[in-house]
Amino acid sequence: MKPRTLLLNIGVALIGLVVLFPLLWMLSVSFMQTGEAAVFPPPLLPSAPTLEHYRDLFVNQGMGRYMWNSFALATMATGLALAFTVPAGYAFAKLAFRGRERLFQLLIGALVIPAQIGTLPLFLMLKSMGLVNTYAGALVPWLASIFGLFLVRQYALSIPDEMLEAARVDGASEGQIFRRIVLPTLTPILVTLGLFVFLGSWNDFLWPLIILTDQSNYTLPVALAALSREHVQDIELMMAGAVITVAPVLILFLALQRFYIRGMLAGSVKG
Amino acid sequence: MISRRERAAWGFVAPSLIAIAVFFVVPVVSSMLLSLTDFDIYALADLRNMRFVGLQNYERLLTNPLFWGAMKNTVWFSVLGVPLSIIASLAAAVILNARTIKWRPVWRVMFFAPYVTTLVATAVLWNYLLHTRYGVINWALTSVGLPAVDWLGNPNTSIPAILIFVVWKIFGYNMLIFLAVLQTVPDDLYEAARIDGAGPWARFTNVTLPAIAPTLLLVSIISVAGFFQLFAEPYVMTQGGPAQSTVTVLYFMYEEGFKWWNLGSASAVAFILFLCIFAVTMVQLAVSRRLGGEHT
Repeated sequence: MKPRTLLLNIGVALIGLVVLFPLLWMLSVSFMQTGEAAVFPPPLLPSAPTLEHYRDLFVNQGMGRYMWNSFALATMATGLALAFTVPAGYAFAKLAFRGRERLFQLLIGALVIPAQIGTLPLFLMLKSMGLVNTYAGALVPWLASIFGLFLVRQYALSIPDEMLEAARVDGASEGQIFRRIVLPTLTPILVTLGLFVFLGSWNDFLWPLIILTDQSNYTLPVALAALSREHVQDIELMMAGAVITVAPVLILFLALQRFYIRGMLAGSVKG
Repeated sequence: MISRRERAAWGFVAPSLIAIAVFFVVPVVSSMLLSLTDFDIYALADLRNMRFVGLQNYERLLTNPLFWGAMKNTVWFSVLGVPLSIIASLAAAVILNARTIKWRPVWRVMFFAPYVTTLVATAVLWNYLLHTRYGVINWALTSVGLPAVDWLGNPNTSIPAILIFVVWKIFGYNMLIFLAVLQTVPDDLYEAARIDGAGPWARFTNVTLPAIAPTLLLVSIISVAGFFQLFAEPYVMTQGGPAQSTVTVLYFMYEEGFKWWNLGSASAVAFILFLCIFAVTMVQLAVSRRLGGEHT
């Protein structure tokens, strides 16, 4: 190996170490005895690994409940986002209707408006509908995803018109065409969008913090933030909580990273 | 008469458009209206307590030192964070783009992984990595003879400390975008520059940078918008402290709205935030257009 090559590879490995170390340290500390991590120099591996903190989280801190909330909300958000945005994205790409181009330009323009701007009125609106502190209230923002619509449209543009025309000549209704031809063709982007929404909902903080006021409805991030204010000193407990929160999304991402990265690049590079 | 196909099309787009109108457009527009009222905890109980106050919320905010503090902090986060994160992303992309790198797909996914982790969880994690006494970072500093830093306890280092965490978390995102663009640059260009005697730095400035310039602009616009909206990081890591040094505009809005229930005033904050993001985006576009004009 030439010295330049060796240097580059060492450089990459060093970045890898910096990236990976915090996550490995989190995992390692979560297995340490109480108080073990609060010494100098910080120990890297547990002297006597224990599952005590995980047990404590599920038995005493209600972590199972929060995990269920996160899982249920992320799953429902995914289903709802797909049901709302996929037909619309397809129609914007392939079905002619009056005002389509204009509407689409408006939607693209609206992409620059951060959703946070509407947070307060949305909260008041849901309050008047009695949806504060309900799953429905937490799910509402996922229905109105302009980005999802845009992503599906870009992908649906590649469906050949001849395929749709042939089905129409055979007497298929638009609904049948959508179910039998369009949906199967769109499968890769459905996985991508579903993954985006699932991870987005799981990781979301500001909205669930505002709308889920009762502790029994907390999602993992909201519960973890509350827990960290009470248990600042309990490094090992907090790291176990962080592992429980991060592990599901990290595993899901690693399993489906191909879909995630392809969709991400399609959504941003073309711009 | 509209055709059968057009009716079907409206059926497909209607649910989504209605949801966008009701849960996005209406809130954004009413946020503007709400910012012109004195909507507070009394109005929350009874709407009749709400009054139209014109631009009073804005006047009051612009004379409020806490608001200006939040603005200043947010600007610092962006001014430091945007270049820092873009340099990190670009450096990682350039290194990974070298032909002699082994296991490139593995590194790509690994560098990106922090981006998909839950922000609150990794913020808690970095709180301990940045711990003054037991933190791994201070351990690394002191073991090479540098002084330990009171990262999150000192108003002068709290913003850099949070930025170290943020860059670690997000650099992989822009790295992937840069990498995708770099892979479209033909090898011949680098080869030609090499024959002309260009060193690595000259090749970077003469071949790589022009090739990625449009992407660089896009990425910096998106990054500015992102850094203007920091919230969970200070919420979890510092609660805005020490000495208000990490209160961002969005954090200020959250406290104003959901801690003190001054929803009118909080809406004004949201609207000012939007105007700032919009203005910065416009300036960046104008500057790039001008620079682009000079080059051609």
